[in-house]
Amino acid sequence: MNLFSRLYYGLRRVLKAIQLYLVIAGPGLVVMVADNDAGGITTYAATGAKYGYHLIWFLLILIPVAYYVQEMTVRLGAVTKRGHAEAIFEGFGAFWGWFSLIDLMLVDWLTLVTEFIGMTSALHIFGVPPWLTVAGVVALMGTIVLNGRYWTWEKISLLFCALNLIYIPGAFMVHPSLHDILRQGLVPNFPGGFNGDLFFFLMANIGTTIAPWMLFFQQSAVVDKGMLEKDIPWGKFDTLLGSTLTVAVAIFILVMTGTVLLGVDIDSASQAAEHLMKTDRYVGTFMAIGLFDAGLLGAICISLASSWAFGEIFGWAHSLNQNIKEAPWFYASYFFTLITAGAVVLIPGAPLVLITLFVQVIAVTLLPAALVFLILLLNDRKHMGDYCNGPIENVIGGLIVVSIVLLSTLYGVSVMFPGLFGSPA
Amino acid sequence: MNRLLRKVREINLRYRKPQIEMTPGVRLSLLALRVYLLLLVSLIVYKFVILLA
Repeated sequence: MNLFSRLYYGLRRVLKAIQLYLVIAGPGLVVMVADNDAGGITTYAATGAKYGYHLIWFLLILIPVAYYVQEMTVRLGAVTKRGHAEAIFEGFGAFWGWFSLIDLMLVDWLTLVTEFIGMTSALHIFGVPPWLTVAGVVALMGTIVLNGRYWTWEKISLLFCALNLIYIPGAFMVHPSLHDILRQGLVPNFPGGFNGDLFFFLMANIGTTIAPWMLFFQQSAVVDKGMLEKDIPWGKFDTLLGSTLTVAVAIFILVMTGTVLLGVDIDSASQAAEHLMKTDRYVGTFMAIGLFDAGLLGAICISLASSWAFGEIFGWAHSLNQNIKEAPWFYASYFFTLITAGAVVLIPGAPLVLITLFVQVIAVTLLPAALVFLILLLNDRKHMGDYCNGPIENVIGGLIVVSIVLLSTLYGVSVMFPGLFGSPA
Repeated sequence: MNRLLRKVREINLRYRKPQIEMTPGVRLSLLALRVYLLLLVSLIVYKFVILLA
């Protein structure tokens, strides 16, 4: 075989692999990019403004953390063909099942409110009134799901994921110093020493990287997509790509605010966008568009996570491959959570700051439980067979779960009792 | 409402028995989770009472 033949067959193999991946791609990418939701963007923007490039190394550590947790949901979904809520009910009985389901419903609804806060404040910068944003988002999200095909929903969501990359050109436009990024960002360090403020920011970054709804969402999406055991390697790759992308986007946000807004106190991403507009109109615009997109992606995934979970437990038809006549309760719960969460933002004087803080506290009650259940279910050889966790996976997964539980608990407690660790909450 | 309650009872019946093998490790994990949640919920309630006061 000559050189050209070898090149031709090599290229064909690569193209076939890409084609195959594009068929499987979706749940991992969507869930990980949607993880950079409105709250996440605010956390990264505030971290960059406070510590510059110094915490980039910490964000890089979060790639394997997010990957190891989420890939377990791929295996669990592909092998058992059950969503996370159903797996908990079946594995641990009705008590833990109801606890997880009701907690999930509460956390998702509150998080959805924060996504609407992000979206309305982002478009408010361009003069769009909040009621129009809420109505437009509900109409758009209705159109996305009502076509009755999972495939269409997923590809539209992937388009919004691509829009999340808008922070990358934004970061280049502020002309950061590559030398400073490499020197300050890649060497592990604790700027200003390990104090309460820094601890709070580290915990907040972990809290935004792993959220309870992500476990429920990805497992249900894997089931709805119809992924099988043979698709697990591609599902894992999809998750790895997603976790790398989500952290890459977070780093570019950090670079943007770390370059332009270093030393400025940032309370919200929309405030960061307004500050950035004073420096460069386009960069500020990119920040605002990115914030809206982040809120929208978060809303798309979170509302579905709840509807899937309810459908699984109540036995309703609960697939995006079914239309509104075939799965009326699934779509009813989807629109109910969406419309009520959007309506809260429009109530004059609604305690939106309190709601934002409350989300972090309630999430802490669900996340440890969901993570512990995940590890235990992955060790259930009777149901998982060859896809059960091995000793190395258990050590890595166990360490990650214990660290996340510990840090997210401290984060939740510091939100409830500001000043306990000298935190700025 | 009656239909919903009937459905809940049916779900409780269907998932009455945990399917996962209850090894000592699983029992210990679930016990630790109960204690953790009890402490956390107590803290949240305490905070709520302080806020109301």
